[in-house]
Amino acid sequence: MADIPADQSAGIMRAADGRPLKVALARAQTRARRRAFLLVAPLLFFVLVTFVVPIGQMLHRSVHNPTFVDNMPQVAAWFRDTPAGTEPDEAALAALIAYLAAAAEARTIGAVGTRVNYEMQGTRSLFTAAGRRAGRLEAPYREALLDIDAKWGDPALWSTMRQVSTAYTANFYLAAVDRTRDLDGSVTRVAPDRAVYLTLFQRTFLLSALITFLCLLLGFPIAHLLATLPLRYSNLLMILVLLPFWTSLLVRTTAWMVILQGQGVLNNALVSLGIIGDTGRVELMYNQAGTVIAMTHILLPFMVLPLYSVMRTINPSYVRAARSLGATSWTAFRRVYLPQTLPGIGAGSLLVFILAVGYYITPALVGGASGQLISNLIAFHMQNSLNWSLAAALAALLLAAVLALYWLYDRLVGVDNMKLG
Amino acid sequence: MALPIYASPLERAWHYTYLVICALIFLFLIAPILIIIPLSFNAEAYFTFSEKMLRLDPEGYSLRWYDRLLTFGMVAPDAPRDAAWWSDVWHNASWVRAAKNSLIIGFFATLIATVLGTLAALGLSRPEMPFRRTIMAILISPMIVPIIITATGLFFFYSMVGLAHSYVGIILAHATLGIPFVIITVTATLVGFDQSLNRAAASLGASPTRTFFQVTMPLIMPGVISGALFAFVTSFDEVVVVLFVAAPEQQTIPRQMWNGIREQISPTILAIATILVAISVALLTVLELLRRRSERLRGLSPG
Repeated sequence: MADIPADQSAGIMRAADGRPLKVALARAQTRARRRAFLLVAPLLFFVLVTFVVPIGQMLHRSVHNPTFVDNMPQVAAWFRDTPAGTEPDEAALAALIAYLAAAAEARTIGAVGTRVNYEMQGTRSLFTAAGRRAGRLEAPYREALLDIDAKWGDPALWSTMRQVSTAYTANFYLAAVDRTRDLDGSVTRVAPDRAVYLTLFQRTFLLSALITFLCLLLGFPIAHLLATLPLRYSNLLMILVLLPFWTSLLVRTTAWMVILQGQGVLNNALVSLGIIGDTGRVELMYNQAGTVIAMTHILLPFMVLPLYSVMRTINPSYVRAARSLGATSWTAFRRVYLPQTLPGIGAGSLLVFILAVGYYITPALVGGASGQLISNLIAFHMQNSLNWSLAAALAALLLAAVLALYWLYDRLVGVDNMKLG
Repeated sequence: MALPIYASPLERAWHYTYLVICALIFLFLIAPILIIIPLSFNAEAYFTFSEKMLRLDPEGYSLRWYDRLLTFGMVAPDAPRDAAWWSDVWHNASWVRAAKNSLIIGFFATLIATVLGTLAALGLSRPEMPFRRTIMAILISPMIVPIIITATGLFFFYSMVGLAHSYVGIILAHATLGIPFVIITVTATLVGFDQSLNRAAASLGASPTRTFFQVTMPLIMPGVISGALFAFVTSFDEVVVVLFVAAPEQQTIPRQMWNGIREQISPTILAIATILVAISVALLTVLELLRRRSERLRGLSPG
């Protein structure tokens, strides 16, 4: 071979074609690596395009909102060129009024007003009202604007407009953690009656923790039973775990609605058994209880399956040995059996918690007002309030939490050890 | 699980208590699914057992909600049930249309997820695969990322690239959501796959393609099929992405159920739920048969 220096050609192991074995091996390995990667590449590309890019684009939206700068570029430029706190001069006001008139003509005034309204409640009508009359306004503009509404003289309004005049902003993240900027731009808490998001994050994590705990409490005994029964019985009982797992989420949620309703199966049974009176029906749905019960049921298989696969590998002779050495059955369980199940407990709990934190459908259907989770609020901002940037900021915070947990899961359990049935 | 002969009375008592607790937990798991089946045959528009149902009076039961599944949305539901009526059902009934949409979307999403997922699983299970863990984590992430975030991202993305309100958009999204399940099941099958079989085939002169189709494929088939079933069920049950990116005419069964539950909940929902449970039972049976076949095949292979 031409590429082998002549002085090294002696005393080297060679492959059949005359190349040194080392080179041939390295080439073969590179080729094998490339071949393996090429098998994965189409899917990786697919997932990047249909999943990673859309989510990245959405995250960009959480810091990027060009509504103001797109619709009122001259006003935005004036804000950019003057230091914070500058009183608007006649030239800026003339530009503002010209753009208000143009925006009213083009029917985009609402968009600008809405954008300012996100930061300062009650300002949307200010913009639409001024837009309607902007075409007829004459100098001096300051007095003319104040004539429409005295709020135009409020420094807080101008400070807010200054904040929204840049396309890139962190204000949506501030809003997502119940913070806002005051007059001089420093970060403060919002009024307690408007602080909803931190409470909701807290509720989401607390309810998810409770659901995870309930799943562990219910999942541990049956996983243990399944793991210790002879296979022919445990396979039969496993169907009772797998059937719910394979049944549509909406079917299971509907089933719980049927059971938990005020006039539902459970309440009717309790009434007819005389446990509660007809007026004392328990409210189990459209509140947190409904969310917790239904989600525990829906996520239970995700706890049982990892627990079962760990418990099945535990050698029963350890517990027997502990017993023969004088341990009581409780001690043998606590000191010998339980520690060996920890990998399963970790895997199951993390998986259930991760899935619970992002749950949407079940809380939306059975949660009522008090059982809503953070996902439901994201959907609300996407579909009802149309504050998409805030929705994206909330989604980014939720995603960060989920990815941190996912990273932990990968470190502790390994994604390649995930088992389904 | 048998009680040892040396168990104390207290342990005996605990053992039976434990069995009762387990029975109750199993009841908690399965009862909600079983309870909707008789309720779907309710003659009244209630979600609870009527007096007649409890007395097992045939009058308390009826198929009216199943009938409603066919007639809802029809042009002339009260016409005589001849060929024209059935044609009306096929073309106009809301649930039938939803079922057709669900099947079309599910089929193509499953096809994409299974083909790409199986190929990727083959690559991922090779020891020489570079960045194996990272890539695996990315490919599994659609299962982990909250569905509302995926749906929100797709909503913006599809509006930008013009895939909103299209079948292609939903199919691609559902394929993405099904991929983690295919990867997990197929890599699990490949863990037990004996690589020396491939080498044996190669040493006997088979080309890599022939080796794949005649040696590898038949052995990993159970895993591929169960992955495909998972992907199909994921698509068949998915509502949030459909709510965000689909047009009203792309109604699927879950979306129709969602609307039904939120707006005018009627026992029709229980009828469709019962049908879906029956489908789950059928799928579970297929999976169990596959598992047995897989075990038998593995019993034959020396690995």
